Amino acid sequence: MSVESFGKLGAAAIASSVRAGDASRSDMIRASFERAREIGAGPDGLNIYLHSDEQASLEEADAIQKRLDSATDVGVLAGVPVAIKDNIASLGLPTTCGSKILAGYVSPFEATAITRLRASGALIVAKTNMDEFAMGSSTENSAYGPTRNPHDVRCVPGGSSGGSAAAVAAGITPIALGSETGGSVRQPAAFCGVVGVKPTYGRVSRYGLVAFASSLDQIGVLGRTVDDAALGLETIAGFDKMDSTSSDVDVPIYRLSALGGLPPDKRGPEGVAMESIRIGRTSVPIPPPPSASTLEGVVIGRPKEYFPDSLDASIRDLCERSLDRFRSMGATIRDISLPRSPLAIPVYYILAPAEASSNLARFDGVRYGLRVDPGKGLKAMYEATRSQGFGPEVTRRVLLGTYVLSAGYYDAYYKKAQAVRTLIGDDFRSVFSSGVNAIFTPTTPTTAFHVGAISDPYEMYLNDIFTVTANLAGVPAMSVPIGRVRRLPVGGQIITAHFDEYTMFRVAYALEASLGAEAHQ
Amino acid sequence: MSRERYEMVVGLEVHVQLKTRTKAFCGCSTDFGAPPNVNTCPVCLALPGALPVLNERAVELATRAALGLGCKVNPVSIFARKNYFYPDLPKGYQISQFDQPLATGGSVAIGKNEAGADVQIGITRLHMEEDAGKSIHDRYPGATAIDLNRAGVPLIEIVSEPDLRTSADAGAYLRTVKQILQYLDVSDVSMEEGSLRVDANISVRPPGQTKLGTKTEVKNMNSFSAVERALEAEFERQCALLDSGGRVEQQTLLWDGARETVRPSRTKEGSHDYRYFPEPDLLPLKQDEKWIGDARSHLPELPDARKKRLVQEFGISPVEVEQLTATPALAEYFEAVARVSGDGKAAYNWVMGEVLAALRASSGDITHFRIRPADLAQLLNLVRDATISHTAAKRVFALMVETGKLPAQVAADEGLLQVGDEDAIATWVDEVLREHPEEGTRYLAGEKKLQGVLVGFVMKKSKGRADPKRVNQLLSARGG
Repeated sequence: MSVESFGKLGAAAIASSVRAGDASRSDMIRASFERAREIGAGPDGLNIYLHSDEQASLEEADAIQKRLDSATDVGVLAGVPVAIKDNIASLGLPTTCGSKILAGYVSPFEATAITRLRASGALIVAKTNMDEFAMGSSTENSAYGPTRNPHDVRCVPGGSSGGSAAAVAAGITPIALGSETGGSVRQPAAFCGVVGVKPTYGRVSRYGLVAFASSLDQIGVLGRTVDDAALGLETIAGFDKMDSTSSDVDVPIYRLSALGGLPPDKRGPEGVAMESIRIGRTSVPIPPPPSASTLEGVVIGRPKEYFPDSLDASIRDLCERSLDRFRSMGATIRDISLPRSPLAIPVYYILAPAEASSNLARFDGVRYGLRVDPGKGLKAMYEATRSQGFGPEVTRRVLLGTYVLSAGYYDAYYKKAQAVRTLIGDDFRSVFSSGVNAIFTPTTPTTAFHVGAISDPYEMYLNDIFTVTANLAGVPAMSVPIGRVRRLPVGGQIITAHFDEYTMFRVAYALEASLGAEAHQ
Repeated sequence: MSRERYEMVVGLEVHVQLKTRTKAFCGCSTDFGAPPNVNTCPVCLALPGALPVLNERAVELATRAALGLGCKVNPVSIFARKNYFYPDLPKGYQISQFDQPLATGGSVAIGKNEAGADVQIGITRLHMEEDAGKSIHDRYPGATAIDLNRAGVPLIEIVSEPDLRTSADAGAYLRTVKQILQYLDVSDVSMEEGSLRVDANISVRPPGQTKLGTKTEVKNMNSFSAVERALEAEFERQCALLDSGGRVEQQTLLWDGARETVRPSRTKEGSHDYRYFPEPDLLPLKQDEKWIGDARSHLPELPDARKKRLVQEFGISPVEVEQLTATPALAEYFEAVARVSGDGKAAYNWVMGEVLAALRASSGDITHFRIRPADLAQLLNLVRDATISHTAAKRVFALMVETGKLPAQVAADEGLLQVGDEDAIATWVDEVLREHPEEGTRYLAGEKKLQGVLVGFVMKKSKGRADPKRVNQLLSARGG
């Protein structure tokens, strides 16, 4: 297997060939690291990885290979290399959240999502660069230097899951885990021309995800294709007793959605064994060629607030092209309104920093991570540790959050923002209860910008203007590549109702199949 | 005297550790006295990425406490984060409850007033929270050591209304609450082990004034009597301040038991802004009517009810019942003895007499007492059936404590079984009359008052085994 061909293989194809014995797990590891070297993923190049250990990964792959040589059920993701955002606790590799305050910190326990990936046969190869504590939209806020966009090294990959998006875009891994608080998977997915999924709040356990804003945080999946993302999410989704906010809602086989229809029941389409579909051992191509009935009966909403007059005309055109494809596959397009969406950014920048100011209090130099002790007592130790450990954006948000929770300001800011958050959720509920199955919008108002181009924090925050509403409402949303503008990728966003990832994937599979190579042109 | 010019107004905050096997939000043990930092895990160490999961048993016990203290349990309560930095607070916030606590609006009766009516003390709220760890400042010179074994242990905080008017009332309130919690079996309520802690809010005002004065908070009391003494000291301090034209400053004070005085705490509590907000890692705690109803119907019998019942059932006096019900364990012991022996009066006498004396002598406690209630009841029955004498019974009791043997066995082994057999008693009587000719002759001549002396001689000769009733009858017959 050539490195070149590895970079184009989907997760299902890798797992099939490992299961069939055509390639070993260490072949996959070797190819992944080879690809990383070739593309220059190191700190001097794209700066995608913060922590990886090729030798340890190879040894682990060999050990698993020996153990499972004769096993029949070796997992949906057997031998699939997966990269993990550095704010998800992992055994073996450090978990630093892109921050100096956690330099060298190795977690003694592992996130549920990673445990589930391993149980499905996936191999964890690296921890990826990110904006410090997931605060940012460009990965420039990493204490370990910015990640570069594989499509244009002058550009940012987006953020905060920029390293994970770049790893997938560069063909180093077919799947990577990211995390979202306000668009941090979808925006880098759009900038890097890959698929990025933010599941329903509660769909994936947050146990092991280092908290930024607990009521918004959710682990998400980046994939080279819709199928990669679907397999990845299916693997990590589901109730976890270690996370009280995870939901006990059945996880359907998302791959089935590629075949159309609406069956999140346990049966697959006629004549196709469900298990075969689940593990990719099927003659049915995923996704199948689109037809005029692929999206029959699906109503797709086009919210006017997400297509403002100021929207970049090229991005608008690409969105309209996607909407045309939906129509041609039998979907109905309906003009809708999500009137409170313009309030999302201010609401988000009250609630998220408020929770962050509390979540980041544990980084105090007492038990782990950086401690700077000028020897002038406890308070001085706190101040020195946190001033030197946190970067400027984290400091800004901790201060902002502390302020909005303070006595006398709580009602005016936090409480009011919570009330507006409820209204934003109501907008989505009323649209979905009116017969709309999915909402389609641009993922971002612009394509990837140059490193260093945006210095004003508020301008940076506006990157998330189309994505942050889904976090506030808790609904699932994903970004899929829908074309390019001036050689840079553009993402289209699909949003569905709570726990209806199935429909979201159905629309995404169809769009991907319909656009074909045009999605990347 | 200040007592005439000013009235003391006190409200108490009682923190009680719930008797759970594991902590409030993780699976770590709550054992007291383990080596430092042994009972910890990613959750209670606040490692990055760890999340709390509520201990259902803690909710059960807190709910039981709330119902036992007459509170209304709220169908929805919300956990909130209380944010502050301290090295023994690993997360940088304490998970507590703020504006929607577990329960509100209870009350307890702490005795009767002059008019004979119950004195009711209101309970404002009862909420759940987790404990912090322990900072140890005096172990290593120049450094503070942190033990996080206690971090995350489940607590309830019981906040009283400012209904208490004297330090004695405060003591009575604390004893009542402690007794109720003991009966509910929700906590060890031990101030020594830190499973019960009290902070007091105190202000003063002229009698008749309804507006509350400026309060201070007094902490660091390690016993109920320390609470009473601290309140007296602070009351005198506030009165003196006002008398001299000064003003009471709202502050936190620490009780210094050695100096019998309060001193200002170094931390400025008043300046804290805890930035409470709903804990996003935990769902709102919902308890439906049925759940609360079930909890209510499974409440153990509370002290007042038990007292009433014991008086009725076993014919003991209201004063006696107070002693017997001091702790649920003692009350249970008494009740078992009384029930099996069928003699409440005797059970009372034995439990309050011999049993407590034996416990005192061995510094033991009733739950581990060697004589089981059924065995003590058997001993009482032996006395009632005149199988052994009361004197012999005391000896049997002592030997039971010593050996753990059954009463009948001990009595037989020691030859203490009472002899009711006419012939044997007649022989002892004959012998006594022969050996004490002077008393014998005078008695037989009609000097009746000597009967007691002769009975004594017979009892002595029989080593206490002779049934005194029979001895008397026999002597009367001879003398008659």
